[in-house]
Amino acid sequence: MDFLAAGDLSTALDARAEHPEAELLAGGTDLMVEVNLSYHRPAGVIAVRSCEELLEWEGRRIGAAVTWARLEDGPHRALAQLARTIGSPQIRAAGTLGGNVATASPAGDGLPWIAAIDAEIEVASQRRGTRIIAWDEFFVGVKETTLAPDEIITAILLPEHMPVSQEFAKVGVRNVMVIAMVNCVVARGEDGFRVALGSVAPVPIRAYRAEEMINAETSISDAALTEFARIVSDEVRPISDHRSTEAYRRHASGVLARRLVERCLAA
Amino acid sequence: MIVTFTINGEERSATVAGWESLLTVLRDNLGLAGSKNACEQGECGSCSVIVDGANLCSCLVMVGDCEGTTITTVEGIAHGSVLHPIQQAILDEGGVQCGFCTPGFVITAAHLFAANPNPDEEAMREAFSGNICRCTGYGALLRAFDRLAGDGT
Repeated sequence: MDFLAAGDLSTALDARAEHPEAELLAGGTDLMVEVNLSYHRPAGVIAVRSCEELLEWEGRRIGAAVTWARLEDGPHRALAQLARTIGSPQIRAAGTLGGNVATASPAGDGLPWIAAIDAEIEVASQRRGTRIIAWDEFFVGVKETTLAPDEIITAILLPEHMPVSQEFAKVGVRNVMVIAMVNCVVARGEDGFRVALGSVAPVPIRAYRAEEMINAETSISDAALTEFARIVSDEVRPISDHRSTEAYRRHASGVLARRLVERCLAA
Repeated sequence: MIVTFTINGEERSATVAGWESLLTVLRDNLGLAGSKNACEQGECGSCSVIVDGANLCSCLVMVGDCEGTTITTVEGIAHGSVLHPIQQAILDEGGVQCGFCTPGFVITAAHLFAANPNPDEEAMREAFSGNICRCTGYGALLRAFDRLAGDGT
């Protein structure tokens, strides 16, 4: 098989079952970079961006092929904020949330949002039908997920109770076309704050110890926020690489998480 | 595989490998070398083309996914030998230095002004945030687009 542009999910799933060696193509903003720069020739391609089922966005179900351009104008504040920081207008017109999840880069800007709200990943295969996977069982390593070779990500499923306020921020070298040194989402629900960070571990992580600490405070003082930021910095597991250092990422994690808690409080 | 699409109002076909970039096919198979190949990773915007109404980096579009699409490249912007107002404004303001980024800026401007004939500076800066001018000639380009916005062209 050279190339199949699937117009609907069942066509895509049939092709995926028959050609597990083929690459899935959504917006192409990751795959094509690899093709262009490494002269990597895919053994076959199944394009899914025109599958109607993946383009639907209704209520708690965001189709996997919904683009950043659409998410940028959507109702979920932190998701819209993060979508706007991705790539450039040209990239956002092509790139998709499902593609971000499938690529599973530690720096994927959509991933801390999924972790902060406890979203689930809906996947499908021709043989086993639909399967729903918790986010922390989906991302298992750098660009590694538990998606089976015959499966396609179909949607991101949002929880029944969405946070009352949610905020995103990231640190990078400029405002456009930047891959995060650290990205962070803080969501505030009825059960308290949830804090998720990316680019500071092989997979998106929650700062559970910091959450527990801040959620035990009856009124949040400046000292409590300082202690909260310290725990976040301690809890992340960053590395030093070409983009940043471990020390800076730890520092920035605490600063961002604290800032976003303050923004949620002010919201 | 053979891909057929409408480019600048004309139906064109090309025999391609499906995984090739639209940019490669435009330049190497179809003789449309206006779209420039600079970074090949979507960073610079010099290969911008409009596909079914979306402004995309053609280096990141797999050509196999373009069957039946309608594409506008920089070659389709002028009306014959008469420059499009966007091109004329860039010329008048001295918005071309080395010229390598110019086709991408022309396409992004065409896309922006089609949706919003009177963008403010913020909308312009946002729209052009995916186009890099290595000569850093942004001032002249912004003056050109500002003049157009003022004209309501």
